[in-house]
Amino acid sequence: MSATRAEIAVVAVAELFRGDGEIVASPMGLIPSLGAKLARLTFEPDLLLSDGEAYLVDENGVVEGWQPFRKMLDTIVPHGRRHVVMGANQIDRYGNQNISAIGDHARPKKQLLGVRGAPGNTANHRTSYWVPRHSKRVFVDAVDVVSGVGYDNAAKAGLKFHDVHRVVTNLGVFDFATPDHTMRAVSLHPGVTAAEVAQASGFEIDCGGAPVSREPTAEELRLIREVLDPKGLGDKEVPS
Amino acid sequence: MADKRMTADEVAAEIRDGMTIGIGGWGSRRKPMALVRALLRTPVRDLTVVSYGGPDVGLLCAAGKVRRVVFGFVTLDSIPFDPWFGRARETGAIEVTEYDEGMFGAALSAAAQRLPFLPMRAGLGSEVMRANPGLRTVRSPYADGEELVAVPAQELDVALVHLNRADARGNAQYLGPDPYFDDLFCLAAKKRFVSVEKVVGTAELTAGGPVQSLLLNRSAVDGVVAAPRGAHFTTAVPDYGRDERFQKHYVDSAKDLDAWPGFVDRFLSGDERTYLSEVDKFEAEAA
Repeated sequence: MSATRAEIAVVAVAELFRGDGEIVASPMGLIPSLGAKLARLTFEPDLLLSDGEAYLVDENGVVEGWQPFRKMLDTIVPHGRRHVVMGANQIDRYGNQNISAIGDHARPKKQLLGVRGAPGNTANHRTSYWVPRHSKRVFVDAVDVVSGVGYDNAAKAGLKFHDVHRVVTNLGVFDFATPDHTMRAVSLHPGVTAAEVAQASGFEIDCGGAPVSREPTAEELRLIREVLDPKGLGDKEVPS
Repeated sequence: MADKRMTADEVAAEIRDGMTIGIGGWGSRRKPMALVRALLRTPVRDLTVVSYGGPDVGLLCAAGKVRRVVFGFVTLDSIPFDPWFGRARETGAIEVTEYDEGMFGAALSAAAQRLPFLPMRAGLGSEVMRANPGLRTVRSPYADGEELVAVPAQELDVALVHLNRADARGNAQYLGPDPYFDDLFCLAAKKRFVSVEKVVGTAELTAGGPVQSLLLNRSAVDGVVAAPRGAHFTTAVPDYGRDERFQKHYVDSAKDLDAWPGFVDRFLSGDERTYLSEVDKFEAEAA
């Protein structure tokens, strides 16, 4: 019973929350949500999970708290006890992320969502990213519109709570734990080579010595397949 | 004892060219769509629209009524992008002030508290500072000396919000799980108009929900509009959820410049009663 690429990614996202304890996990999208729930069901049972609306819910969907959008922005985000996993239309080597627009902000070629909460998230608490299709379109030399703040801009702005943690993609897990805070591989998913990562990235990513991303345990696979994602929706987002 | 009931068209007639209007709700949730539709029927233009944006922003852009949008996002939630907002941005038809979501709330809070600004970290290091060159920072006067964004107060000429219930005097109640920022929009505005699913007697308010659900007291409300399905096609839970089929029809029509005039003719050129009856026919045809 070998794991699919999507299941490897779900476990990699779950691992983002290891050690987080009793904080609010805010996963955006399917794979991040599956990962956060898996973490809660296994090694991080104290995580608080948002349902994406006004509720905090336990693993069975029982409401255990009220967190409307205004409370989120007034207190949860600035207070800092939160770990968000956001998407990224573009991301660069320092972890600057763009979800606002493609092209010049004043006259974009393509308007996207807007910066949403990315500037505040990256100024206040731990932020990770999930990219389902690792490609040169997403992994760019410089993002067009800095929404989530990367290490270089955070240093210039003096952001004392800046904490861009990791980027999980369909190819691997990446962090910024290099002397100049540029992206490097933490692990590559089973079957992925450094050449494949280089081919899919618009900047150089150090993959030297990166181990293979861990496989789900038998219990994790059971939880993903029987409890969290019985319809296999994750496999549609991340083909093997 | 003031009876503040009025019609959507009377509310729309209060709005003048060049005004700054705040629109409550969040994305495609509890938007005062009946009031927006009434506004579409007026000749008003050059508006600055302040919104956690959804189809309110898209429709006002489509009608050429917008000069500037102050926003942190524009989304239809179940459909990520509003085609008309995208078109307005990509053709340079509108100006924007783009904020982080939290900055946007801080700007309303500052206005509500009659402060010139509120300090926060959000925005530092991001495009928000570059795209809004008028934004200033402020240094903490205490030992930490930290430099923060001074988010300027966002005052509004008019606030438009949609809640579930109100009495005729303007005490207004939300019955869903999230108040959004509607009370802040009202506190930040000179004139405040609330549409509701149903106008009820005052005693019915606390009979229908806990006292904490009374989001607005009448001192923050200048007009009450009875607008059943007035948030359609956005959500107004628990009265109704989002009309996903109609929202998709809006998006499909908005993406296609040949189809758009047909949508306008059918749904937006008549009054609210016509809108709702055409929506009913659309649903019956689609079912």
